[in-house]
Amino acid sequence: MLANIVSWIDKRIPMTDTFNKHVGQYPAPANFNFWYFFGSLAMLVLVNQILTGIWLTMNYTPSGADAFASVEYIMRDVEYGWLLRYMHSTGASAFFIVVYLHMLRGMLYGSYQKPRELLWLFGMFIYLVLMAEGFMGYLLPWGNMSFWGAQVIISLFGAIPVIGDDLTLWIRGDYVISGATLNRFFALHVIALPLVLVILVFLHIVALHEVGSNNPEGIDIKKPKGSVAPEELSKFKYHKHYSDKYDIVDAVPFHPYYSVKDIMGVVGFLFFFCAVIFFAPEGGGYFLEKPNFEPANPLKTPEHIAPVWYFGPFYTILRVVPDKLFGAVLMFGAIIMLFLLPWFDRGHVKSIRYRSLAHKINMTQFCICFLVLGFLGTKASSPLYNFLGVVTSVGYFGFFIALFFYSKNEKTKPLPERIAH
Amino acid sequence: MSSAPENNGRRRFLTLATAVVGGAGTVGVAVPFIKSWNPSEKAKAAGAPVEHNVSKMLPGQLVRVKWRGKPVYVVRRTEEVLAELKDGHLDQLKDPESKVVQQPEYACNSHRSPNPEYLVVLGVCTHLGCAPTYRAGDFNEVVEGVKNGFFCPCHGSKFDMAGRVFNNVPAPKNLQVPPHMFKDSGTLLIGVDEGDA
Repeated sequence: MLANIVSWIDKRIPMTDTFNKHVGQYPAPANFNFWYFFGSLAMLVLVNQILTGIWLTMNYTPSGADAFASVEYIMRDVEYGWLLRYMHSTGASAFFIVVYLHMLRGMLYGSYQKPRELLWLFGMFIYLVLMAEGFMGYLLPWGNMSFWGAQVIISLFGAIPVIGDDLTLWIRGDYVISGATLNRFFALHVIALPLVLVILVFLHIVALHEVGSNNPEGIDIKKPKGSVAPEELSKFKYHKHYSDKYDIVDAVPFHPYYSVKDIMGVVGFLFFFCAVIFFAPEGGGYFLEKPNFEPANPLKTPEHIAPVWYFGPFYTILRVVPDKLFGAVLMFGAIIMLFLLPWFDRGHVKSIRYRSLAHKINMTQFCICFLVLGFLGTKASSPLYNFLGVVTSVGYFGFFIALFFYSKNEKTKPLPERIAH
Repeated sequence: MSSAPENNGRRRFLTLATAVVGGAGTVGVAVPFIKSWNPSEKAKAAGAPVEHNVSKMLPGQLVRVKWRGKPVYVVRRTEEVLAELKDGHLDQLKDPESKVVQQPEYACNSHRSPNPEYLVVLGVCTHLGCAPTYRAGDFNEVVEGVKNGFFCPCHGSKFDMAGRVFNNVPAPKNLQVPPHMFKDSGTLLIGVDEGDA
């Protein structure tokens, strides 16, 4: 009976074949480690954001007059409204945590290098859309930090010569941040950007499965057809899309091996996620900032204005430059550098395990600079912090520039032929 | 298709013509989508002038008045402050003579106002639009030797008691002076000036 239904469908749309190609018979390297949890976790958080987001719109009122009160209504009067909102707000921060770790994984193991440049670019566009989602979503509660955060970020576009002032007016749709701005941000946040996000995630996975997953050794599991002795081949059956073109070694099918492993990751993740939701939903003032518990007040900037933590690094770069235009250019430049990473790295050895000491030091200083920049972004400015901000900004940009030079003739360790596992 | 006479030149022309017409149509359709983001007629109409009674303000006091949704700072300055604006700390300012047009002509002077006693500026930092904090008496914590001024909590920009920006801060320009006038000695009108009246 079930077989008949499946067969009926398969004659009309390639359901089983697509499942096998991308899940059941997709060859994944056998040596995935801890770092490989974060892709699937990002998908889990995306589903969480979409579901809780849809439910929040059922009670939220996108208008300057009612938005703040409707969020309080969700928190106090809607059954389980508090839980849905905390799942959504904590989910936003969790999204950035797993995406930052996912990106770091890509950097550690050189997963952006040829032939995975486009895969990296799709990922970077996902990150960019996520930042837009986070920023626009933060305006919706219409708290005082929402208001002034949006004021600062939209004013950034005013730094563009000639068209800047008209552009900010066009973005706001009013001479100040107002209900008009709130409504358009709501539309973008709940419809436009999620659509783009889902399409990008789809493209990201299609691109991944075309070039194949990288792994901690950074060596290929797909060998030229006919180059591997039959007894050395991976014992599993893979989709002909892969096995017709290559000899596959040291691999396992994604399902059930990594689907089950990823469930372990989900369990671990949910443990921390739920702990935050139930015991510290404001994340110590980092996930939901304190000034946002009072309604937007266009006459009064909060005493200490700071972006949500995940914008911290870029905000610090903006802040340490004592020039409006140049500060904004450097801030956007910091993100563009990440986009161009596949071309800054001219090396051919992917994994940090086989790269030079210089690269290991450079990676370490980059991570430290990124963390310090993030920390500084949440603090009020002071001469010491300003100095630290300059040093770490130089470290951030220096990572890419140094990489460009030493990666050309880098002294790397010899790569193994096969993955030892 | 195979029996059709081949004329690649004509085929290219038709492809190009279709693309051009389609492109023009796309641009045309984009206009309403883009234009609808401009301020609506309702938003444009909300810019009426506001009136404020200054006769009860104490020397040194700041009052925030809302005009076009933005905070306008009205400060009653003391003689001491005015003397300092004239010839104190001028070398520390980016634009001490208000050369960049951030004020009506009648406010292009050392105190940046038609009436020296009252400062009327938009409380909107020219960097990224935060509302600077009025530091009365303790401004010397951020600028040595200057007792009063405005300090922006967002990115540390500093302005003096005429809204002029100090050197080495991210804000590029002086605070904006909106058009304003005194209807009589005690009544300030923000949003109109002698030219309109």
